[in-house]
Amino acid sequence: MNSLTLLGILPLIGALLIAVIPAEQVLRVKQAALGTTILVAISAIMMWLNFDESNTAFQFVQSVEWIPSFGINYAVGVDGLSLVLILLAVLLTPIVVLAGWNESEGGRWSAKVFYILILVLETMMIGVFAATDVFLFYVFFEAMLIPVYFLIGGYGSGERAAAAVKFLLFSLFGGLLMLASIIGLYVISSKNGGATFDITELSEMHNYMSSTTQNLLFLGFFIAFAIKAPVWPLHTWLPDAAASATPGTSVLLLGVLDKVGTFGMIRFCLSLFPDASKTFTPVIITLAVISILYGAFLAIGARDIKRLIAYTSISHFGFITMGIFAMTTQGHSGAILYMFNHGFSTAALFIVAGWMIARRRSSTIADFGGLQRVTPVMAWSFFIAGMSSLALPGLSSFVSEFLVLVGTFTRYPVAAVLATFGIVLAALYILIPVQKALHGPTTPGNENLPDLNRREKFAIAPVMAVIIALGFYPAPLLNVINPVAAQVIESQGFTDPVPSESAGK
Amino acid sequence: MTFVTPVLNYAQLAPILIVFAGAIIGVLIEAFAPRAARHSSQLFISTFALVAAFAALMTVRNQSSVDAAMGSVAFDGAAVLIQASILIISFLAIFLIADQENFTALAAAVPGSQEERQALQGDMRVTEVYPLTLFAVAGMLIFPIATDLITLFVALEILSLPLYLMAGLSRRRRLMSQESALKYFLLGAFSSAFFLFGIAYLYGYSGTITLSGIQESIVGGAGNDIFLLMGIAFLSVGLLFKVGAVPFHAWTPDVYQGAPTAITGFMAAATKIAAFGAILRIFYVGFANAEWQWKPALVVIAIITMIFGSVVAITQRDVKRMLAYSSIAHAGFLLAGVIALSKSGLDSSIFYLFAYGIATLGAFAIVTLIRDSAGEVTDLNRWSGLGKRSPLVASVFALYLLTFAGIPLTSGFIGKFSIFSAAYESGSTAILITGVLASAIAAFFYIRVIVLMFFKDPVEDGTSVVIPSALTTITIAVSATVTILLGVFPAPLLNFIETTAFFIR
Repeated sequence: MNSLTLLGILPLIGALLIAVIPAEQVLRVKQAALGTTILVAISAIMMWLNFDESNTAFQFVQSVEWIPSFGINYAVGVDGLSLVLILLAVLLTPIVVLAGWNESEGGRWSAKVFYILILVLETMMIGVFAATDVFLFYVFFEAMLIPVYFLIGGYGSGERAAAAVKFLLFSLFGGLLMLASIIGLYVISSKNGGATFDITELSEMHNYMSSTTQNLLFLGFFIAFAIKAPVWPLHTWLPDAAASATPGTSVLLLGVLDKVGTFGMIRFCLSLFPDASKTFTPVIITLAVISILYGAFLAIGARDIKRLIAYTSISHFGFITMGIFAMTTQGHSGAILYMFNHGFSTAALFIVAGWMIARRRSSTIADFGGLQRVTPVMAWSFFIAGMSSLALPGLSSFVSEFLVLVGTFTRYPVAAVLATFGIVLAALYILIPVQKALHGPTTPGNENLPDLNRREKFAIAPVMAVIIALGFYPAPLLNVINPVAAQVIESQGFTDPVPSESAGK
Repeated sequence: MTFVTPVLNYAQLAPILIVFAGAIIGVLIEAFAPRAARHSSQLFISTFALVAAFAALMTVRNQSSVDAAMGSVAFDGAAVLIQASILIISFLAIFLIADQENFTALAAAVPGSQEERQALQGDMRVTEVYPLTLFAVAGMLIFPIATDLITLFVALEILSLPLYLMAGLSRRRRLMSQESALKYFLLGAFSSAFFLFGIAYLYGYSGTITLSGIQESIVGGAGNDIFLLMGIAFLSVGLLFKVGAVPFHAWTPDVYQGAPTAITGFMAAATKIAAFGAILRIFYVGFANAEWQWKPALVVIAIITMIFGSVVAITQRDVKRMLAYSSIAHAGFLLAGVIALSKSGLDSSIFYLFAYGIATLGAFAIVTLIRDSAGEVTDLNRWSGLGKRSPLVASVFALYLLTFAGIPLTSGFIGKFSIFSAAYESGSTAILITGVLASAIAAFFYIRVIVLMFFKDPVEDGTSVVIPSALTTITIAVSATVTILLGVFPAPLLNFIETTAFFIR
């Protein structure tokens, strides 16, 4: 069997396995979930080792007829872009399972259901990035919402049901707009050489579209992805969802699922509608800059630690979107690497914040204080995660943020300069909570908080390792990313502007 | 004047004749069999008649002719598909009807009278519902294959009259049930008059009552166009009334709510298939060349129907009324297939009708299970926490809601995708965009019910989920399975429809 398909099926097998374990044996359920996700992660790393970096075509491809009447295939394959995101998804899932060992208890349903939902979600995350058939992508894109919906609504806290519904409705609305565009593409392809949903064949279809059609179809896709990513002003669902979900769900939601938005912008918006992408670039760059600054300002004002992380993500997604639409190789490489790095730094923040909240039974930043003295390991973990989020040199996010800014500056200097303020604001929104929560006198009620136990140290260690390792040596990922970034830019008909030193003379 | 002995093709008419025979035997059983034996023998006769009719239909499935009954009915691929759908759905509906808890003991007794109490105590049952159902099914089988307007009218009356009666048979809230029956009857009679009026105009226009004759007149262009327009308009009023399209929908919510739930399910599923079958034939065969006269009006009606049904459904507090408005919205989606006026429009309509009919029947079957001491509980607020009381029942109902909402991996999604692409292919961009927006609105109220069932706590007010009878279980299980199968592996049915569905002229 195709190794990619196998990778996608593995979590489902795990879910079936869990389904037959009696619900009372919670520990057995957890072990099965952890075992499955680790196995999936190892398989994905094996795939990475077999991946041919010099080849920009899809690899590990498989294509089977699914609905021939509409020219729909079960078609999967990975290139550098999808490989990086699949790696992100499958590496974060076992960490989420281990870090949130007790998250599944105390929900509306049993722990068993929680892990089944997580594993089904993992299959869909792999599928959504691996699909090379637009219809198949759409199926995963929409079906993915259901497990997340139940994860937020069933296991979250606070206004979880309302947050789950808001999340679902925003995403469904975007998805349906995308469906209209997909139908449009399908009809155009069936009038020009046979109905198909193959991404490579569809990328020729823009030659048969009027510019109005292309703009409309582009918007259908882009709005769906902008809701997902989330780009200002379509972001309002994210803080609610992130604040209500369990930390683990939030990691998957912000770390992986939202990347489907930025992934889709590259894979679908740019390659299917190159001319429309150019038309809308100024608008999108503007929205991205607004997202960067807006998210940062809200983060500075946030009182709730989970909301704070959600707002920082809006800012970071602004950087990613800007890097994508800057249309330079560096911008693209930076954006793709940023997707990966943001996944890990957000995971670190959410996981540690989750432990802090679970210990203190409060998510208000002001309730913490002096944690460094009481719980040094936890405090240092939060500190490093925060530094990664503000893109401290030497940590992974710095490389990607720098690439994005450089890549943008060569084409849109004003946007790049404005975005740089986002970095200054990032220092504020990270250092303020770090100071309030970790330093200073110990806030009453915090004196006896326990530090991280061995399981938690095991869970956070790999995240920290990735953040630091990729900060010093990002080459393993960049080698995979660079060829695909260069190829996208080239197929868009762009050449990288050469910075000229003589401009100032 | 000489009379010609009619030549009938009995093989092709056999399904209809068998159902009629079953109905007549049913009437005889009512008249002569002892009361105790009636229920089981009626159930046996009706299921047997439907199975035999289906078998008879299968033996002639590859035939096609316009001479089955001297040119009054056409027998072709589309006829086979639609008749088969009606028979399958009626067969499943009979199982629901067999659960006599839903029906009054003695329909003729005045509500609240001594007679009614005696009937209830004497354990009497309304077994006449079986022959009534069979008569309605026979009418439904003729309706979509009729090719002359008189046969069409007769079929319309045959299918409608039993339904008017059946709507009044509810065991509980009998006054409401009878009121809904009367309302249905009065409005139905009114629309029949319109229908007849339209026939008269079309006869005045073309001098013939056959669809092919009208088509020839339209092609010849000899007649008075005003008559044609009036004829199409009035005929459409009668047809659109049956499918519940806005502005002829007023009866739908009241009748859906008042009728016994089993009958509502039967009516919602089977009538819609029969009526849309007839609409498709009339517009595709009779009026195809007058496209420009009716298409704009039908586009407007479809758009209003989709939007109105979806928006008003949001405000509903009763599950049966909500499903009624949802069926109005779906009538709008189905009109998209009529407007497409193409082979793919026909194929997608037939697929949609079957998928929707099956899911609708299943959804109403679930409604019959939620009861308290006073009968079915249809107030949505009292459905809260259903997921906790009975996870399986709630999950299956959620499945039906998701298929109505058109979420991928359910049959509803494939139906929506195919019908919207057919509409867009034929140039109806407006239909595509409104359809997608209406789906987004509709998703809101479907999801609200899911929230209610899964994320709210049960109210202790005596509401309970009864254990379904074996027959009801079969109906629910079959419809749930079909809904998932057609969502995941729709190719066999789509291929079958694609090769089979055509209209003989």
